[in-house]
Amino acid sequence: MPYNQPHPAETRIISKRFGLPNSASLETFLATEGYAAIKKALGMTPDAIIEEMKASNLRGRGGAGFPTGLKWSFVPRTSPKPKYIIVNADESEPGTCKDRLLMEYDPHQLLEGMMIGGYTMGATYGWIYIRGEYRYLIDIMDRAIAEAYAAGYLGDNLHGTGFSFHIRTHTGAGAYECGEESALLESFEGKRGIPRIRPPFPAVSGAYQAPTLLNNVETFATVPAILLMGGAEYAALGIPKSGGTKLLCISGHVNKPGVYEVPLGFPMMRAIEELGGGMRNGKKLKAVVPGGSSCPMLTAAECDGLTLDYDALAKVKSMLGSGGMIVLDEDTDMVRVALRIMRFYQHESCGWCIPCREGTTWLKKLLTRFVGGAGTQSDIVMIGDLAKNMLGRTFCPLGDAAALPTISIIEKFRNEFEDYLTHGPKPRRQYLRDQAPVWQGQAAAIPVQPTL
Amino acid sequence: MQLSPQLESKFQSLLSNYPEDKKRSAMIPMLMYGQDELGSVTPELIVEVAARVGVQPLQVSEVMSYYSMLHPKPLGKFHVQICTNVSCLLTGGEELWDQACHRLGIGHKQATADGLISLEEVECIGACSWAPAIQINYDFHHEVTSARLEELIDGLTQKSHAV
Repeated sequence: MPYNQPHPAETRIISKRFGLPNSASLETFLATEGYAAIKKALGMTPDAIIEEMKASNLRGRGGAGFPTGLKWSFVPRTSPKPKYIIVNADESEPGTCKDRLLMEYDPHQLLEGMMIGGYTMGATYGWIYIRGEYRYLIDIMDRAIAEAYAAGYLGDNLHGTGFSFHIRTHTGAGAYECGEESALLESFEGKRGIPRIRPPFPAVSGAYQAPTLLNNVETFATVPAILLMGGAEYAALGIPKSGGTKLLCISGHVNKPGVYEVPLGFPMMRAIEELGGGMRNGKKLKAVVPGGSSCPMLTAAECDGLTLDYDALAKVKSMLGSGGMIVLDEDTDMVRVALRIMRFYQHESCGWCIPCREGTTWLKKLLTRFVGGAGTQSDIVMIGDLAKNMLGRTFCPLGDAAALPTISIIEKFRNEFEDYLTHGPKPRRQYLRDQAPVWQGQAAAIPVQPTL
Repeated sequence: MQLSPQLESKFQSLLSNYPEDKKRSAMIPMLMYGQDELGSVTPELIVEVAARVGVQPLQVSEVMSYYSMLHPKPLGKFHVQICTNVSCLLTGGEELWDQACHRLGIGHKQATADGLISLEEVECIGACSWAPAIQINYDFHHEVTSARLEELIDGLTQKSHAV
């Protein structure tokens, strides 16, 4: 079971049911204020709910950090078209593993958030787009949905209010790009997951060209708590402009990697030292990926005194992203990390925009050459230039997501690239071996060509 | 195409998940569940799904080729997926990958001659805090060590003898 022990420094709002016996059951949910928020919501006007959402200062927890209340207010509720609710559960950003826990341990909380969204927008249907790899979570969500129907929390004319709401799960089939909202909608409609041109934004023209409220799992899961405690009180948990709490997924070279809920504005070094249990093997900190692999890398010096909130990270030209915090120790080979990140984005680029499709491919080639010991001084410059030329030139943020970490690594750890030039490839640490031989044709016994 | 009763009822329920005139949304889920039963996305399955969602088979093939979890050829009975993305890389994912390749004598997207095990180096599977992680079919295995990987592969081989 992927569950870590709670830490006293946490502020558990949306993770409060994690670790309870049978936490995914309706029974446990109802015993802990479950479905109290939707009852409260049904007595409120949609405008009042949106005002609470705005007051909460909740910002999109999927990575973009767009103010949720504002997004909710963009949906044209008076449109004659049907309105839809869609949850983005395509969690695939490297470093991120929080939505998994929210669905595994508290599926009803997510359903309740969707119901409140549905009531606010006047929607009758909602779907949860879950990445294909998370099949066991689809089963958990389906069970929770069935329980909610049986107990009268989903269905027609709920609680005699005339509000009808239906939820279904929808499986993805393996594509990082489908976590981007417009590509997700394409995929949801049974197409290749390529991004759409915006505007119009999904709020106005989303699923089936109808107004669609599309938020991340964590965002929807936070809605019940906001309605119960009130937007202002939720906002006060965090700091101005970054309201409430956020799940942090700490991974990499720490003693106690895990998922922890902290108020926004939490000091980064405290997260590493206290929640993460400090650096593994007593090593020194070298760098941190603050919020998933698409966020620019921070050096140890930059992390000192830094707080985890949207504005503080923007000030150091990085992002809080999805909260996927990867900690790298002093011995980490940053050139290899840069290559691994680029291999990921090259694999996941949907190929729609040329700067992304070609940029990621060439950057991967250059970095592969570097790691193989055949890099040149001009490659260092070219890597930086290529990456910078991708910025802002693609329909969706995947191009930027590939470029930003690369630029940060080449600027902040340029010396490591130069070390490769003067001393050749570094001796590898045990956990950080070379790329799998099959990729470089080093192991003669293993056939190289994929056959499946 | 004759579907098993279980798959037939799954297809019916998937089709009922979307508005009457938006059946195309069921295409990818149908391909996923169909593949689970048939072992791959067969040409017959493509034709069947196309007919049920009201598009041409070519449109299904076009969509299918985009998604990394939809396979036109059968995978091994046990599909071993090893993550080597950043969090797993920092904790030994690549070593596990090397070990699996050498142990099984196969590489990326290849299957053993008996069709029992196939291997794939995958991107982030959302287990970063419990890295290094691998997935065998849909089952997650967390904080995998070298010894644990051996055990898991031994287990797969034994399971096949038991059948």
